[in-house]
Formats: sequence, structure tokens, C-alpha cells
Amino acid sequence: MSSSQILSLVTFIYGLAAFLYLVAWIFRQDLPGKLATWVALTGAAANTAGLILRWVESYKLGIGHAPLSNLYESLIFFAWTIACFYLVIERIYKNRTIGAFSMPLAFLAIAYASLSPNISDRIQPLLPALKSNWLIAHVITCFIGYAAFAIAFGVSIMYLFKQRASGDQLQFLQRLPEIRVLDELTHQLVMFGFLFLSVGIITGAVWANSAWGRYWGWDPKETWSLITWFIYATLLHARLMRGWQGKRIAFLSITGFMAVLFTYFGVNLLPGLHSYGAMG
Amino acid sequence: MSPSQKQEGLVDSLWKFLASVKLTIVLLITLACASIFGTLIPQNASPAEYIQAFGPILYRIFWVLDIFDMYHSWWFQFLILMLAINIVVCSFDRLSATWQIIFAKNPKFNPERFQRLSNKQEFNETGSAQTLSQVYSPIIAKYFRYQTVTNSGKGTYLFAERGRWTRLGVYVVHLSVVILLIGGLIGSIFGFEGFVNIAEGESAQTIRLRNVNQVRELDFVIRCDDFDVSFYETGTPKEFRSKLTIIEGGQEALTKDIIVNDPLRYKGISIYQASYGSLAPDRMTLKFTSNASGMAYEIPAKVGGTIDIPEAGGQFTVTEFQPQAVFRGTNLGETIVGRLQPKGDTSPADIMLPVRFPSFDKMRKGDWVISVGNIEPRYYTGLQIAKDPGVWVVYTGFTLMIVGFVITFFLSHQRICVAILPNDTGSSVTVAGMATKNKLGMENRIRKITAKLSVARV
Ligand code: HEM
Repeated sequence: MSSSQILSLVTFIYGLAAFLYLVAWIFRQDLPGKLATWVALTGAAANTAGLILRWVESYKLGIGHAPLSNLYESLIFFAWTIACFYLVIERIYKNRTIGAFSMPLAFLAIAYASLSPNISDRIQPLLPALKSNWLIAHVITCFIGYAAFAIAFGVSIMYLFKQRASGDQLQFLQRLPEIRVLDELTHQLVMFGFLFLSVGIITGAVWANSAWGRYWGWDPKETWSLITWFIYATLLHARLMRGWQGKRIAFLSITGFMAVLFTYFGVNLLPGLHSYGAMG
Repeated sequence: MSPSQKQEGLVDSLWKFLASVKLTIVLLITLACASIFGTLIPQNASPAEYIQAFGPILYRIFWVLDIFDMYHSWWFQFLILMLAINIVVCSFDRLSATWQIIFAKNPKFNPERFQRLSNKQEFNETGSAQTLSQVYSPIIAKYFRYQTVTNSGKGTYLFAERGRWTRLGVYVVHLSVVILLIGGLIGSIFGFEGFVNIAEGESAQTIRLRNVNQVRELDFVIRCDDFDVSFYETGTPKEFRSKLTIIEGGQEALTKDIIVNDPLRYKGISIYQASYGSLAPDRMTLKFTSNASGMAYEIPAKVGGTIDIPEAGGQFTVTEFQPQAVFRGTNLGETIVGRLQPKGDTSPADIMLPVRFPSFDKMRKGDWVISVGNIEPRYYTGLQIAKDPGVWVVYTGFTLMIVGFVITFFLSHQRICVAILPNDTGSSVTVAGMATKNKLGMENRIRKITAKLSVARV
């Protein structure tokens, strides 16, 4: 089996896991939830295998490089980090409803990579500028940060759901973790994501400096990552102001994730170009 | 109110304003929105493009506001300056209080404060306060570095804490932001950034600066001894490599091969491999194939030279070399362009000879088919030249920032109070705790410690 085939299969496994998590949450059943965890674990394992196999394949083609060099590969890696990250959180918080808001994101990322006709799954050789260990560090840290923000986004949506629910007319909302747990979890995830986004921007800057002699050039992609950084910095400080707990933090977290998505996909729509558009 | 009091009031409220987190939030959101705007409008394009895109009126307005080089405009820099002032003032404002907490010789504990916490667990035990505190103390010591035991009229209190110093983490982060900005400032004042193209075998000392229409003379000469480019099978470039020699005061100072991501550094100036391009070749051969006789002749040629075509077929003059010739919308790549003067009184024709497509000239259906035989490619190397004495300051800022984040986000100042108060059956024990971060984690820890204490025996 080729790595692309395995990864297409992972798309369906993640889809199934997401579906099971949603069923478990909405119909308040434990069995689909337990099943979902196992399916998600299988998916993450297959995803790992797919990434490793792709790495090996690139060496067989004589153009060996880490599978982090184009949009397809970065989406696969994104899905992988979301799934792994979520599974860790599930273990720590022992609550599967978070899965109903996280696994769909992993599924969407990998489905976009596998199914979009515009994204090629061919293993391509690296352009000279992309041959740098800083670049690998840059991509890995950025995507760990993005995964944390993605789950924070899911948790913030849960927060807004939960906050609306008054009384017990919507029983399936009761399965969601307590509101203060959601708030704290958002904060934890955003801190984690902020650290990794910062390291991602820093390693990117070091890479740019080694390739072009400028660590910062205000190109749209760089600027958008800084915009994202500003939004999450706002969130971290907003907690210190009276009246900025809870709902507004959830909105900021959602806005922040929109900025992440724009940095990732939207920048190509802007006038001007990222010097090496291969990443997104 | 006396004028001086009034002034003090003013200074005070200005200080409060500059120290407020509200200002931080306004600044961060404004910076984010302004940056978004800057990505919607291409930066540093030519005036003609802007006028075409926005019309003269909007162009005028944008021009006044420096929108076309927005990130270097006075108002954007002013926002950043305000952020820096905000950080500095805010940090000074809070540092003294934090300092007192961290470096207090005998930290004061207030049992009432712990009693009011929601993060609290209780159980009853049979022993006396005295014995229980002796049992609990070593258990608490496993989790917390500093511990004090106080007896009051009501009972015995064990206080313990750890990670006081982690409160400095935020200041490290804020300091790192200021250092980054200083590093950037140093770079923009004392550094420069430019580029130069040098043909193989030639030298340059003057570079063009980026984004401003200026040139700059370097203290040394850069000579490009050699340039090579290799390709993948797909035709995309795999590596470009220039052999450069630095010549200062007529002396060769240094020779180095540079590739992308591996620059040459000389006296604080870095020279980066950025791009390359093809030049007219020095030497080549052209192949003339006669339709009449079927004979093929290969003849040396050079740009500007004229060749007599064999079998008295006329003359061919090589007029130019085009690195990227386009024919009916298709890119032909490197192409020789020439003028053919057939024998007799037929009028001359301009023809194209793409290197990659030797049978291209057949389309013309002439008496002769001409193609490029051997061609020795000649390149120029595109170098980016930068000097930035602020880089090391910036890198220091990067390092500090990461260290500061790890301290701020993952470590916390944690305090615990175990109150042992006598009651009818023995003692009631209350375990309460607080932390500057990860409150839920602290709750778990309190539960865990309570469980340990409740089963501990003498
Ligand atoms: C872009 C610049 C800034 C960055 C990256 C930054 C970063 C941070 C971080 C990471 C935290 C910790 C947040 C948390 O614990 O959740 C923090 C806390 C804080 N920041 Fe900033 N900050 C910046 C600018 C400012 C400014 C301008 C002020 C001025 C008022 C400020 C005031 C504070 C305060 C008061 C705290 C809380 C400290 C505490 O918990 O004792 N920050 N900052």
C-alpha cells in the first residue's frame, strides 16, 4: 500500500471517529464513545504510519525529505497533531464530548487534503530554499500551535453552547464539561498554542534570516501569523480585565482560529505572494 | 487644589493610563487591524500601479497616510512605540509588588484567606493538632519546598509554598518583547539590505538597496568566479551554487562557495544566494541542415557575429540571446534570435532558434533548417546582501521570550495551608490551596494531598 492510500483510509477512520463521538454526545451513550476512542487511536496510528511511509517513499525516489513540504503534507500533519493532541486531552480530562468538537476538525483537515482536486499528493522535490532544519522546526512547531488553537476553538464553541443552555431542556448539553472547566481548558490550550505559535514564528524568522538575510519582511504570510499572535496575546491579557471572562474570551478564541485558518489558506488569495508558496 | 497637586494628579493618571491593560488590548487590536489592512494592499509597488488600482483620489489619501509602505509609516511605528512604553510602564508599576512577594524573608500567611478559598478539602481525624502536624509535615515537604508551622489559640497551621520565583516569568516575556523591538530598531538604523547581479567571471562593488531607489558602495569587491545550477528530473532547480571571492584593497581576502541557506559572511555583511539568470553565451555552434542536399554543417557562432551559410546559401547574423523567449504565448526558454539573409534578392527574415526545441525552425519551411548545436550556458548569480547588527539582539529576545513563556505558562507559584483545629472527636483538618496558574491542576493536587494526609498515621 502506498502512503497516499493509507492516508485516504485515515480520512474515513477519522470521519468514523468524529461520527461516533457526535453520536455518543448527542444520544448520551457510552458505548459509541468508547468505540470512538479506539477508532481515533487506530486512525492516529495509521496516520503516523502514513507519514513515516511517505518519508521513506521520498528517499526511495531519491529526493528524500521530511513529509512537511507542501500543502498536502502539512494538512496531513495538521490532522495528525489535532488527533494526537485531542487523545491526550481526553485522557487528562476524561470527557469524550470534547471529541465531538475536535475530531471533526482532524477529519476536515485530512479530508481536504485527500479529496480536494486542487491538492496534489505527489511527492515533490524540495526547492533549494526549503532545505533547512529550521524550516522543519518551523513547520512542526507552527502546526502543534495550530492544533492547540483548533481544539481551543472547539472548546470555545462548547463554552458558548453550554452558556446558552438554561435549565435542563437540552439534556445533551449537560454532558459537556462544567463551564469553568471549559474556560480553564481554553486558557490552557491557548497558552500552549501561543508558546508554539511564538516558537513557530521565531524558527521561521531564523530560517528566513539564514536564507535571505532578513528575519522579518512583512510579507503577507508573516504578517498574518503576527496578526494571529496579536489576537491571542489580546486574549491572554483580556482575562486580566474585569468583565472579560468567559464569553468574550470564547469569541476571541474563535476569532483567533479564524486568523489561523486565514494564515494557512487565505493568504494565497491576497495580492502579492509568499516567496515560497509551497507551504500553503 | 494647588497647581503642583494638579500636576501630580495629571502625571498620576498618565502613568495609570500607560500602565493599564486596557491600553494594551486597544493597542494589540489596533495593530492587528492595521496589519490586516496592510496585507490587503500590496506594499511598495509603483505609483502607476496604485493609481490604476485605486484612482487618483484614494491614491492621494493612501499616500498621505503612508499606506503603501505601511509597516514603516510613522503611525504604525508610533503604535509599536506605545506598546513598548505600555510594557515598560506596566512592568515597573507591578514589579515592586511582585518583588516583595518573591523576596520576602518571612512570607506572611493569612489563614483566613485560605479559609475563604473554594479549593478546599476537609476531614476529621482523632489525633491532637500537635501530633498530626508532625505526621503531616514530612508529607507536605515532599510537594513544597518551603514550610512553616504556626500555632495560634485556635489550632495549628501548616503553610507551604513553592515556585515563588515563577512570578518573574511574565517580566521575562515582557522584557523580551522590548529587546526584540530594540534589536529591530538597531537593524533599521545601522543595517541595510540590497541586491546585486554578477555575471560569472565578473565583479561588483555597488549594490542596489531594497525598496528605496538608491545604490550603496561596499568596502570590498565581490567577484563571482563560477556559478552552477543543477536540476531535478522534473526540471525544477535543485541547487544553485556560486563561488565568490571577496577582494579588499586589491587583495583577495576570502573565497567561498555559497548556496541558498548557507551565506558568506564578511565583516558583518552577509551575502546570500538568492536567484540566478542566464546570459548570452560566449560561444556556441549553429547547425545548418540543407533541404536540397541533406547535408548538415555545424558552425561556431557568437552574438553579433555573421556566418556565411555553406553551399552559398546566404548569411545568418546572430542578433541576440533571450533567456525567456515567448512565441505565441508559449515560453520557449533560452532562445537565439537571428536574421537570415538568403541568397539572391529575397528579403531577410528574423527567426527564433530555441535551445530546447531543435526542430522549431522546420516550421518556417525554408531551404535550410537552422538549430542550436552546442551552447555553453553562461549565468549571472543573484545575490542578496544584508547587514544587520541588531540580529543578535533580536535572537537574544527570541531566546528570552521562549524561556519566559515556559516559566509563565507551565510553572506557577503554589501555596497550601493545612489547618488542624481541635474539635469534639479530635481534630478537623482543612487543606486549602491556591496557585497563580492552572487552578484545576491545583485542585487535583489538593485532593491528592488530602487523600494522602487522611490515611497517614504516626
Ligand atoms: C506583545 C506584547 C506582549 C506580550 C507577548 C505579552 C505576553 C504576556 C503573557 C504571555 C502573559 C501571561 C498571560 C497568562 O498568564 O495567561 C502576560 C501577562 C501580563 N501582561 Fe503581557 N504581554 C505583552 C504586552 C503587555 C503590555 C503592553 C502590558 C501592559 C499593561 C502587559 C501587561 C501584562 C500583565 C499585567 C500581565 C499579568 C501579569 C500577572 O499575571 O501577574 N502585557 N503578558
